[in-house]
Amino acid sequence: MAKKTPAINSSSTADIAFLLLCYFLMTTTMGSHLGLNRRLPPMPDPSQKVEDQKINRRNIIVVKINSSDKIYAGTEAIDVTQLKDKIKEFLTNPANDPSLPEKEIQEIEGYSKGTYAVSKGVISLQNDRGTSYQAYIAVQNELVKAVNELRDDFCMREFGKKYNALDEDTQGVVRKCIPQNISEAEPKDVGKRR
Amino acid sequence: MSRFKNSGKKEMPGITSSSLSDIVFMLLFFFMVTTQMRDTEQKVKITTPEASEVVKLDRKDLNSYINIGSPTLAYQQMFGTEPRIQLNDSFRTTDEIRDFIAAERESKSEKDRSLMTVSIKADQDVRMGIITDVKQELRRCSALKIMYTARRPAK
Repeated sequence: MAKKTPAINSSSTADIAFLLLCYFLMTTTMGSHLGLNRRLPPMPDPSQKVEDQKINRRNIIVVKINSSDKIYAGTEAIDVTQLKDKIKEFLTNPANDPSLPEKEIQEIEGYSKGTYAVSKGVISLQNDRGTSYQAYIAVQNELVKAVNELRDDFCMREFGKKYNALDEDTQGVVRKCIPQNISEAEPKDVGKRR
Repeated sequence: MSRFKNSGKKEMPGITSSSLSDIVFMLLFFFMVTTQMRDTEQKVKITTPEASEVVKLDRKDLNSYINIGSPTLAYQQMFGTEPRIQLNDSFRTTDEIRDFIAAERESKSEKDRSLMTVSIKADQDVRMGIITDVKQELRRCSALKIMYTARRPAK
C-alpha cells in the first residue's frame, strides 16, 4: 500500500528568495548609464594639404571657454545661463539678420511640406587645457538644450507633439530640419598647462 | 433568526504565507534582469558632472569605459593625487589607449564594431587638458563615437 508522502514545508523558500533579493538589491545599478553623445571629427590625413573649409563667417559661432571657466560666445563674454538663448537666436535667425547664419531651402525626404529652410549655422566649441570638465559639460549641455528646445518647438508647430513622443521616422525628419551641428575644434595650446 | 447566529467561538484563520515567496521571487527576477554587475574595481574617484539633457545609452554591451579622475585613497600613495586614466583594472597612460581600443574592438562582433561607443567617465574637477589628450588619441584610433557620462541634476 502506497504511503502518504508528507508535504514539503515551503515556508523557508521565502527566506531564501529574500536573501537573493537582498543580494541583487545591493549590487544593482539601475539606468545609471546616461550621458551626452558626441561624434569626434576624424583625424585629418597628414598627407593631405590642409585647406580652409569655406564656411561663411556669418554661419559660425565660436564658443570659447577659457582656463578660468569664462565663456565667450562670438566676441562677447556671456554667462552660461544666457548661452542657450544666444544659441537659439543664432540658429533660428528670426529677423533674417545678415550677421546671423543664412538658411538654405532643402528638400527633406518624408517631410509633408517637402522643403524646409535649414539653418546653416555651426557651433564651434573651443576650450583650453585648463578648463574644468564641469564647465565644459555645462556648456555642452546648454548647446544640446538649445537644439532640443528648437526641435520641440518645431515638433509642436508641425505635429502637435513633443519630439520624444514622435516615432522614429518623424524624428529623423526633425533631425534633418534642425541639425545639431556642434563641432569640437582642434585643441589649441593656450594658457598654462596644469 | 438563529440561523445566522454564531455557534460558539470561532477561531481566526491564519493568513496563508504561501504566496509570499511568489511575490518575493517576482521582485527577485526584476532585480536580476535589471542588474548589471560592476565588473571592474573603481580605482579613481569619479563624481560625474550634472547635465539635464542626458540620453540613455542604447547598447550597453557595445560600450567601453575610460575612467578619468584622481586615484582613490588606497592608491594615492602609489600614484599621487593627479588625475589619472583607468582602463579596465589598472592605471594607464594616454599612449596605451590605442591598445585598449584595439582590444575592445576585437572583442565585439564584426557587424557591431562600427557602433562601438567609448564612454568618457571623468570627474567633474579634472581639467580639460587630460580629456583633450584622450580625445585626440581616440581620434587617432578612429573611435569617433563617444559619450560624456553625466548624471541628471537632483531636483
